This record gives sequence, structure tokens and C-alpha cells, in this order.
Amino acid sequence: MIAVGVSRLSKTFLPGKKALDGVSFDIEQGEMVALIGASGSGKSTLLRHIAGLIKSDADGGKVNVLGSTMQENGRIDRNARKSRSQIGVVFQQFNLVTRLSVLTNVLMGLLGSVPLWRGTIGYFTQDEKLKAMMALDRVGIADHASKRASNLSGGQQQRAAIARALTQGAKLILADEPIASLDPASSKKVMNTLERINKEDGITVVVSLHQVDYALKYCPRTIAMRDGEIVFDGASEKLTPAFLMELYGEESAELFADNNTQQATSTPVREEELALAAG
Amino acid sequence: MTMSVSKTTLPEVKIPPQDLKRSSVNILIWAIILGFLTYSWEGADMRPMELVNNSDNMVEFAKGFFPPDFLEWKLYLSEMWITIQIAIWGTALSIVCSVPLGILCSENIVPPWVYQPFRRLMDAARAINEIVFAMLFVVAVGLGPFAGVLALWIHTTGILAKLYSEAVEAIDPQPVEGIRATGANGLQEVIFGVIPQVLPLWISYSLYRFESNVRSATVLGIVGAGGIGMVLWEYIRGFYYAETAAVIIIIIASVSLLDILSQRLRKMVT
Repeated sequence: MIAVGVSRLSKTFLPGKKALDGVSFDIEQGEMVALIGASGSGKSTLLRHIAGLIKSDADGGKVNVLGSTMQENGRIDRNARKSRSQIGVVFQQFNLVTRLSVLTNVLMGLLGSVPLWRGTIGYFTQDEKLKAMMALDRVGIADHASKRASNLSGGQQQRAAIARALTQGAKLILADEPIASLDPASSKKVMNTLERINKEDGITVVVSLHQVDYALKYCPRTIAMRDGEIVFDGASEKLTPAFLMELYGEESAELFADNNTQQATSTPVREEELALAAG
Repeated sequence: MTMSVSKTTLPEVKIPPQDLKRSSVNILIWAIILGFLTYSWEGADMRPMELVNNSDNMVEFAKGFFPPDFLEWKLYLSEMWITIQIAIWGTALSIVCSVPLGILCSENIVPPWVYQPFRRLMDAARAINEIVFAMLFVVAVGLGPFAGVLALWIHTTGILAKLYSEAVEAIDPQPVEGIRATGANGLQEVIFGVIPQVLPLWISYSLYRFESNVRSATVLGIVGAGGIGMVLWEYIRGFYYAETAAVIIIIIASVSLLDILSQRLRKMVT
């Protein structure tokens, strides 16, 4: 089954400059896909379209998620709220309500599925609370459940956000630069958590990343974007340093300098293949 | 040796010349302000010499206030308490109304065709002084504290709804998006995404308005809307200055006490 189907998606924020330009791809259920590209290449915009948080242009194509339409030609589908409840979104800035407790934040994941009146007054059953606690336990921060979210470290907050997505029963997790504001140790924990729920629960994960080495390490498939277009879609191991250099521009070469040297020794440059994939 | 070295490496700097345009604008602004003050002198009937010429009368008048006469202190205290109770109910009712109205006035939550009419409505409630509302409600529901409660309710709702909506417009949109992404509906976004963020500010504003309402409620009695203002007005009209002084002291003491208390509370929540 196709978890995410995007066809000819276009979005114009400012006239004349397309943030997304005829983007098309399919992601199968259970895949873990990295989305890479320089700042402003359209990664976040793409993810937010898939989550139905912003609308495409009026003739801007279609997004299908888990078998139902999320949006088509600039109109968010009437059942988008239903579809959203199956998508867990993890944001760079965690997007927790920092004044509420971690447990309450995780319980928010149930808002789309509990009866409306219960969600509105914030009444959750013991079973639901237990489910939320189990999710917190899986991401390793059950001890912090009663703390205010603002008292957690960045990495812990991000894992709380993943627990919220787990509690939600999400079949698809969209992670928008989840590790961009974290230190390396926390980044690793967050990526390991994402990888585990992908492998153990078969949850499809689409994660946008700045750090290419993380994409190579955790995601079998990579989609690379530049100026709102897809310039590479294929196995992550086929990414070459030369291509990455071109993707990010010369001036940001230091961003993945470490990775470059590693790559250069482990995989020989395969520019022909790359040209095929990109072409 | 070192001197000469440092001298040669000194970068050449110049003090920028006076910006002629900016200083002439400054002079112009001051000229306009002075112009307005002079122009308004006559309209405001400014007669500062009166203060000097009639200083004997003023001293005589001021003497009438001393010593304050606290003989009827039980009446003053019970009327002051009624005044505070008017403020309590007026504020409570307006808080209840301002929560939904504040949300409906926020441009980041509702579309323009909703917030524009609600904002104009709140402008109207705010523009008319509570004394005017009190006079109208005295006619509608009769003399007494209830008219005062209604007057404070309407006027304070206008103010609090605006303050609440300004707090809502300054929120961080990301947590709200986080809630929306779970499949929550609009009301749930507001309850779990917006209100937790603004609650400390809302509480602080509400307490501040309660302070102000106690002050306002002391004068509502003058138009017959109950409380200590009624007593005050009777004494002033009857030239009972010693009693007037006592009532004023009671008002100052209670208002200061409440201000201090509510300030403490406000510090605790924010």
C-alpha cells in the first residue's frame, strides 16, 4: 500500500518563485525515507503539504495519504482531520505546549480519536493514560511524565513529541528536521527512536535532515530537493560526495566534510548512475 | 617606540557631522507641542493665579477636613465592602464573557469577517465610561449595586477582550500546529494550544482589572449605583468635610491594600 502519494505538487509563496515545482513521488508503507536539501529547497513546505497544514496552488496537484486524499488542487479535503489523526508530525521546534505536563502533551495525540466532548474538556481514561505512559516508556522518558514540557531538554522534548505521535496511533510519521536543533548525542537518540518504531511497528517515516550522514546511516532511501524540485530519488548509498557538493553548493561544503571523507573511502564516485537517477 | 607604533596603527575615525535634517525635525516637533499647549490654554480656562490669590480660602477649606470624623465607621466599612463586592461580580462576569470574545477578536484565530465586527463591538463597550453605563442601568434596573455590577461588566468586557486577544495574537503558533497535526478540531486547538500559553497573562490582566474596578466602583455610587460612592456624594453635597475625609481615607486604605494583594498574586502567576 502507498503511504504517501504526491503528484505534480506545486506551491508558489511569492509570485514568480516556486517553493514546490511539480513534485511527484510515492512512498510505500513501512519505508524510512530521508528528505535532504539546502535551506529553502522546499523540504519543510513539502512535509507541511503532506500533513495538510498548508494548501498547494489552485492547480497544484494532489497529495494522497494512507489511501485517502489529503488535498487536491489547492483544496484541503473535507476528511483531512480524519487523515491527520493517522499522521504523526514531529517538528524541529518540537511544538509541545510547554506549560502543560509531558503526559498531557502526549495525551493530546488522542484528540483526533476520542469522542469530541472528552477531547474538548481534556478527560482521558485510565487506559488511555496507560497507553500514553507506555509510549513515553518506549522513547525512554517515562520518568519525566509529570514534569512540565518546558523543563525537559531538547532531545527529551523531541522524544516526547514522538511519543505523542505513537499514542496517536500514527501509521505515518513526518519529521521536519527533528534533530536540527539538537546536540549529536540527543540527535542519535531521536534518530534511533525513529528507526526503532519504523522497524518494530512498520510505521512509515519521512524525515527531513540537514545532516547527510544521518540520512545515509538511518534511511535506505533518500529524496533530494533543490529549488522546489526533486533532483534525486533513490537508494541513499548511491549519493556521491560530488552530487552532495553540487546539491548544497560549494560554500556549504564544510557541512558534510566529515561525511565526505568517509564516503570517498567507502564508495567510489558513481557519477553515471547519479546522472541517471537525477536525469 | 610603542607610542609611535600605536599611533601609526590608529584607524582614521571622524565624528559624524550633525544631522541637520534630524535636528530640525526635533525642533519642529517641540514647536508643535508648544503650539498645542498654548492654543489649549484658553479652552481649558487656565487661571493659575487663582491658586495664589485665593490661598486663604483654600487653607480654610482644607482645614474643614481635619480632623476626619470616623464616628460612622461601621457604615463606611460596610459600604466599602459592598463596593468591593460590586467590583468582584463585575469583574467575574466580564472575565467569563471576555474569554470567548477575546478569542473571537484575535486575527490569528478567526477570519476578518468574524474579528472585525467583534472588535468594533468591544471598542464600543470600551469607549463609553462605566459612569455612563451606570446611569443607564440605574434607569433600567433601579438604584443600587446591581446597576453598578452591570456597568462594570459591560465596560470591563470591552477592555479585557481586547487585552486577552492581544495576548492570543502574540502566542507561539508552533504548539498550536502540533495540536492541529494530531487531528484535533478548532476548539481543541484553542483549548490545548492557545489557552495554556496565554493563561498567566490573562490572569494577570484580570487581577489588574479587578484593582481598577474597585477604584471605579467607588465613584459609581455618585450616580446611584450603590457602594461607598453614594455615602461620599451625600457628605460632599452636605458640606460634611470631616466625614468626607474619613470616607476618603477608608477608600485609599482599601484600594491600596487590594492593589498590594493583587500585585503579589500577579507576581505569583507570571
